[in-house]
Amino acid sequence: MAEQKETVGMDYLQSIPRRWVTVYIPLGIFVFVLLFPFYWMVMTSFKPNEELLSRDGNPFWLIRPTLAHFEKLLFHTPYPEWLLNTMIVSVVSTFVSLVASVLAAYAIERLRFQGAKPAGLAIFFAYLVPPSILFIPLAAIVFKLGLFDTRWALILTYPTFLIPFCTWLLMGYFRSIPYELEECALIDGATRWEILIKIILPLAVPGLISAGIFAFTLSWNEFIYALTFVSSSEVKTVPVGVITELVEGDVYHWGSLMAGALLGSLPVAIIYSFFVEYYVSGMTGAVKE
Amino acid sequence: MLARIQNNRNALGLLFMVPAAVLLLLFLTYPLGLGIWLGFTDTKIGRAGEFVGLENYIFLFGDSVARLSLFNTILYTSVASVLKFLLGLWLALLLNKHLPFQSFFRAVILLPWIVPTALSAIAFWWIYDSQFSVISWVLMRMGLIDTYINFLGDPWMARASTIAANVWRGIPFVAISLLAGLQTISPSLYEAASIDGATPWQQFRNITLPMLTPIIAVVMTFSVLFTFTDFQLIYVLTRGGPLNATHLMATLSFQRAIPGGALGEGAALAILMVPFLLAAILFSYFGLQRRAWQQGGDR
Repeated sequence: MAEQKETVGMDYLQSIPRRWVTVYIPLGIFVFVLLFPFYWMVMTSFKPNEELLSRDGNPFWLIRPTLAHFEKLLFHTPYPEWLLNTMIVSVVSTFVSLVASVLAAYAIERLRFQGAKPAGLAIFFAYLVPPSILFIPLAAIVFKLGLFDTRWALILTYPTFLIPFCTWLLMGYFRSIPYELEECALIDGATRWEILIKIILPLAVPGLISAGIFAFTLSWNEFIYALTFVSSSEVKTVPVGVITELVEGDVYHWGSLMAGALLGSLPVAIIYSFFVEYYVSGMTGAVKE
Repeated sequence: MLARIQNNRNALGLLFMVPAAVLLLLFLTYPLGLGIWLGFTDTKIGRAGEFVGLENYIFLFGDSVARLSLFNTILYTSVASVLKFLLGLWLALLLNKHLPFQSFFRAVILLPWIVPTALSAIAFWWIYDSQFSVISWVLMRMGLIDTYINFLGDPWMARASTIAANVWRGIPFVAISLLAGLQTISPSLYEAASIDGATPWQQFRNITLPMLTPIIAVVMTFSVLFTFTDFQLIYVLTRGGPLNATHLMATLSFQRAIPGGALGEGAALAILMVPFLLAAILFSYFGLQRRAWQQGGDR
């Protein structure tokens, strides 16, 4: 540990072999451990069953890759339907949350209406309420509203954790936009609504992207609500479908399970790879505020 | 004129709050209150309950499985949070060095955190398989063990395995957030310290840690919050087994309430998490945030 902290400016003081021992090798181990499960997912999903269930031979490499697991998954299970559901639920709830959050964040941060401070604080506390203490009463409410086992159950409940997060993030972004711009527009006769649409939003696009992809990922990954509020196969989301329907009996179909996990992870991984910087700034921004 | 704007601003502000407020009040505040109420009733699925006072809580305190789940939750949270903190801090320090491909490393390291936990847990399930585990295979080949390890079948082994999977998933969040904090520390502090002859350990102890404390407090508070209320990982890997050895309060309340049908009892168990959760949050927040953030220091 002692050697870990050197400053950016003084790195040249470290000799090359020492740098290997204190930086590159530990970092290599970290990266290996963090990525191994993904490598293993890929390997397993392309392996034929005989290879999966044999202890001889080298399990780390593919000898005869096969697409059989993907074929089974896509044509003999409701998996494509789950993908579609997850997509619909995530996109709609993200959109709903973004609209609500933009309005709320603007009201709290810029309109400064009476009670804006307590409202901001309430939003922050709402963010701290974990889904695992809400799902039981929520299930009762969802049932009473007649939404049980529909996509609406998920679309309407996901904003409970998306709105606090997005509002908090956007409040930080709005704070960084200079007041003068808004004052100028007010003097020129713009209404608040025009200011929000024509001045604030275009300037807050990076914040909107951060909040949007974050919300999308959170709803794509959501599990406990989807597990509780939905029971028929046609409306399940990918994580829940894979866990509840592909796992059956005593014989696990590891190949198709892994293929399901892989395909279900790809959309978020792809979106993430395009927007890494926004993602990181969203995450660290939310923590630092 | 001024009054009109003031009026407008209040009216407009409230109008803008409506969508968020409706969704949050209906699906967050109301269920929170309803949950507290349900905890005092004997509601079952499909049957409205009656007020039974503290009966659920008295039952749960006498229930050995519920007590075990409390023990498991505390163990799981404390061990996993400490490990996540130490490893995450180490990783952040490594990433903060001038590395080639730094942004590539940063991007790759976040992967475990963005992939759906339920899905990466399936990969761990397969890695922990009692007959075909790749870890066992490697250890066998190296001659370190002679039978396959029963990762999820033995109580303590199962606890260790689930904690390991949770740490795996949590490290990226801690590391990347702390890295952001590290990057705000001015290099001149280190230069001044090394001119004064401070060793790298002293620099870490007296500059890095104090400067990082506020962010550590926030990051660890969130980390404790997420770990304490974890559900998916346990549900996928063990469903609370073997012999309830890995049941957390969240998974037990799910099991009692949804498949078991005892909504009141499950709600009581979920509400029981709140005081412990508050204690954990207060501990990690105020325990860590002893020093106020002092940009530039005041030596």
